[in-house]
Amino acid sequence: MDFYNLTIHEVKDLLDKKEISAVDLTNKQLDRIERVEDNVKAFVTITKEEALKRAKEIDAKLAKDEKIGALAGIPMALKDNMCTDGIKTTCSSKILHNFVPPYNATVTEKLIKEDTILLGKLNMDEFAMGSSTENSGFFPTKNPWDLNCVPGGSSGGSAAAVAAGEAFFTLGSDTGGSIRQPAAFCGVVGLKPTYGAVSRFGLIAFASSLDQIGPFTKDVTDCALVMNAISGYDRKDSTSANVEYPDYTKYLENDVKGMKIGIPKEYFGEGIDKDVEAKIKEAISKLEELGAVVEECSLPHTEYALSTYYIIAPAECSSNLSRYDGVRYGLRHDANNLVEMFSETRKEGFGDEVKRRIMLGTYALSSGYYDAYYLKALKVRSLIKSDFDKAFEKYDCLLTPTTPSVSFEFGAKKDPLSMYKQDICTIPVNLAGVPALSMPFGLADNKPVGLQLIGKAFGEGTLLKVAYTLEQNTDQTLIRPNVQEVK
Amino acid sequence: MREKEGENMKIDIKDVEHVALLSRLNLTEDEKQEQSEQLNKILDAMEVLNKVDTSGVEPLAHVLPIKNVLRADKVGETLPKEKALQNAPEEEDGMFRVPKIV
Repeated sequence: MDFYNLTIHEVKDLLDKKEISAVDLTNKQLDRIERVEDNVKAFVTITKEEALKRAKEIDAKLAKDEKIGALAGIPMALKDNMCTDGIKTTCSSKILHNFVPPYNATVTEKLIKEDTILLGKLNMDEFAMGSSTENSGFFPTKNPWDLNCVPGGSSGGSAAAVAAGEAFFTLGSDTGGSIRQPAAFCGVVGLKPTYGAVSRFGLIAFASSLDQIGPFTKDVTDCALVMNAISGYDRKDSTSANVEYPDYTKYLENDVKGMKIGIPKEYFGEGIDKDVEAKIKEAISKLEELGAVVEECSLPHTEYALSTYYIIAPAECSSNLSRYDGVRYGLRHDANNLVEMFSETRKEGFGDEVKRRIMLGTYALSSGYYDAYYLKALKVRSLIKSDFDKAFEKYDCLLTPTTPSVSFEFGAKKDPLSMYKQDICTIPVNLAGVPALSMPFGLADNKPVGLQLIGKAFGEGTLLKVAYTLEQNTDQTLIRPNVQEVK
Repeated sequence: MREKEGENMKIDIKDVEHVALLSRLNLTEDEKQEQSEQLNKILDAMEVLNKVDTSGVEPLAHVLPIKNVLRADKVGETLPKEKALQNAPEEEDGMFRVPKIV
């Protein structure tokens, strides 16, 4: 049996029945990583010893029939922008190449409490800025479906690791699409929760009003299981939403009869690849067949979302990244005075895209330009959010392609603007703070196509229900790549 | 810097140098040229926002209706000093040592 292709719920069953131990499972995963990692390059750090040590502890708990977590014994990995106490956390940046956090992110703590096993930290675009993981300060990650193609970004390592069977689930972060787009490119399920649903404490910040942590899984059931583990109010995050959080697994129902699904016309037609659109239309037909009421709708300010985002996100990042100055942690370039030290450290430590966005953000916020750029963008953001609010008065959820095309070859999007356009379907969602899920729906050009479901604030349940129903009624969603083994 | 409102703005090398200074980023001459070109392209693309009528619209900095999240002024869990210093590039007497300011 290829253990690495199993889902969390399948492997949990084997663990519960004691047909496999946590140590065995961890060893099998580490073996899988060894066999494919030189081709995939998803990991920045692999924590082999710590993982096996943890697995032994969990087996001991299981043997004594002690109370264990819901995801006990499940090997997973985290994007390298989530703090792990004592384990290097780099954001795939030279400026944090040696940073060892002195505390755990809240999501890390939660997953420890659930008795999961951390396999390591995953590669990303530097400081989460990018859509291909080519901006990693260390090395690019490859798409398990085609090693000449990108896994997407910025959570490329997180998506690739699940697709290649290197981890049963991973966590990524999404600021403009950085979970959903790589999920689409790698043929896995990725969810960006409602802003505030998952604590950002210990998530190294890129754009504070947009960042959200979310799961990458092989199927929708697994997604619900991980969401149960990571969501919830956190006092340590002042932007955490103090609401009731459900058991997300209760939404895993095979039934969309009477549900109203909106198809925003701005996400189709020009700018979207014909083959991608064809697959999405197939999914729409399927949902109609299953009893959903599907209707075209409009989100009229969609065309302004990209520009709005590329002012707000860089503005916020220019502020968040000002802490990287060589004083307290990370890279330090020695100099004769403090300002020189800051400027030389940042020159050496940041990659081109990071510098570009810091510059853009600083410019947009600077005296004389603040009103014209930043304030204007915030006002357009209001309009974009109300487009969604109006749509959700009528529809249970919206359905769009996740990306305008399938994965592309390395180096294909050298022009920054062409890379930014990869996120046209995902960005509006972050601006509005609503949840969205990407699930695989077949292939085009032998590469996965992603389908995006967008819900109203705290409406993850609806997304899970529609996604689960689609998954149960088609063979288009449980696709797996054939990854070349190195050994 | 010039005061502008919605007109076609162009970033020249001087602007790039000013912004680089504000961001504490030393750039090479090549980088300054490249940044100038790319920033101009990106800002041109952002001009489309001027087409949107935002009169009477409130800016949305934050999506959740949360304000002033406070807690009681009571001492709680704190990061021990040694942990806070563990990544220090240079440390002396429990402090982060840096070059002189001026």
